[in-house]
Amino acid sequence: MQVNENKEFQPLIVAFCCNWCSYAGADLAGTNRLNYPDNIKIIRVPCSCRVNPMFILRAFQRGADGVILCGCHPGDCHYTSGNYFTRRRMTLLFSMLDFLGIERNRTRVEWVSAAEGAKFAATMNEFTEAVKKLGPNRRLEDLRCRKQ
Amino acid sequence: MQEAMINKAKQLLSEGVVNRVIGWKRGEFAYDITPAVFENAEEIEKSFVYDDFTAANVSKYLVKESKKDGKILAFLKPCDTYSFNQLIKEHRIIRENVYIVGIPGGPKLDAEKIKAKGITGILGVKNENYTLKIDTIYGEETMPFYEAVLDKCASCKSKKHVIYDELIGEDGDTLDSNRFDMVEKLENMTAQERYDFWRSQLSKCIRCNACRNVCPACTCEKCVFDNPDSGIENKAPSDSFEENMFHIIRAFHVAGRCTDCGECSRVCPQNIPLHLLNRKFIKDINTFYGEFQAGEDITSLAPLNEFKQNDCEANIIHERGVE
Repeated sequence: MQVNENKEFQPLIVAFCCNWCSYAGADLAGTNRLNYPDNIKIIRVPCSCRVNPMFILRAFQRGADGVILCGCHPGDCHYTSGNYFTRRRMTLLFSMLDFLGIERNRTRVEWVSAAEGAKFAATMNEFTEAVKKLGPNRRLEDLRCRKQ
Repeated sequence: MQEAMINKAKQLLSEGVVNRVIGWKRGEFAYDITPAVFENAEEIEKSFVYDDFTAANVSKYLVKESKKDGKILAFLKPCDTYSFNQLIKEHRIIRENVYIVGIPGGPKLDAEKIKAKGITGILGVKNENYTLKIDTIYGEETMPFYEAVLDKCASCKSKKHVIYDELIGEDGDTLDSNRFDMVEKLENMTAQERYDFWRSQLSKCIRCNACRNVCPACTCEKCVFDNPDSGIENKAPSDSFEENMFHIIRAFHVAGRCTDCGECSRVCPQNIPLHLLNRKFIKDINTFYGEFQAGEDITSLAPLNEFKQNDCEANIIHERGVE
């Protein structure tokens, strides 16, 4: 029996993507055959401001090692102003997580438009590498949800 | 002070301006002063209390009381008037049904701090030239007054009443209180130290929900934490995650609306410095979106209800301060 003891840590990353820009951006990355890691699990939301701070905490609880939130560029929101509110909320939430001593770089906000398939793939590659460096999420995990 | 307030209450009741009075009465112990509604002069004469332990903010009680018949008289300290203003702004209080008498505020005393000195069986206190004379069942004890003051009063932000119908005593002014000192101290620690600090504090939480129930900004009829699907419904946290989640979300839900009245820390039976989480949000809002004091007026928009096109990006959090 062969056991691969040096198996590299593979983070689980949740990406909240807005329906109108980033989700289409991810689609474009796919149709262009651009590579991005399979660690990314995309959750489609109607607008980036649909994302409640609780969603992000809940993702960490259920085993995510990193959470990235993607939306339309400021000014381009399908609902005119949703992503401006997201930006304020997430600034405060990230600051609070930092204040509680949760590692930085486990969370991120990126603006990806429907035409930026390449940016989507590049962002996801880069974010996965950053989370990989941090290792598994231990400070904001729920032991009951940890995979054996 | 108590005498003047009782006289004022009796006068307004007899003139028919109000039909009820919200004030405070003694609980089980001398330092256990709780809000109470009085309906006639005899009750007031008998049990109305206003002393150095009367720290409770009655603003939140007015959400329900102002919807009943007739006008109610409320005695508000300067810090309570901010909460009251904020509740008017959120359409939670019917202003016409409340008659506000502004009273000078603290500093109020923290019975826990007196007990920490080994002084128990407190029957009453007297402040003589900033020496606290404490009458106990074991005899008289003394301690410096300022060592027994509540944390929230030690960093008082304002002695000014932002709303009132009438004042007893003089109106003060806003103060420069250095209230962000402790937040700054924590910000300058490393992430590991901050994590250890908050683990040691938040792991004490017994999820009694007192912080939520007392908070004048938490007035939802149905709270997110009462939702059985939330997974954290009214039960002791069984995992460190739940403690973090509860406290992050509790503070986040009042971000931009918290007036920094400090009631959350005052009522915490485990003495968790919860106000630090709220102050962190206030400090961030001040730095990123301009100085804002919730409850100061009833017209301005809350910082999370508005935006500017040139707001900073969320990722700048990852580049500033100590990692």
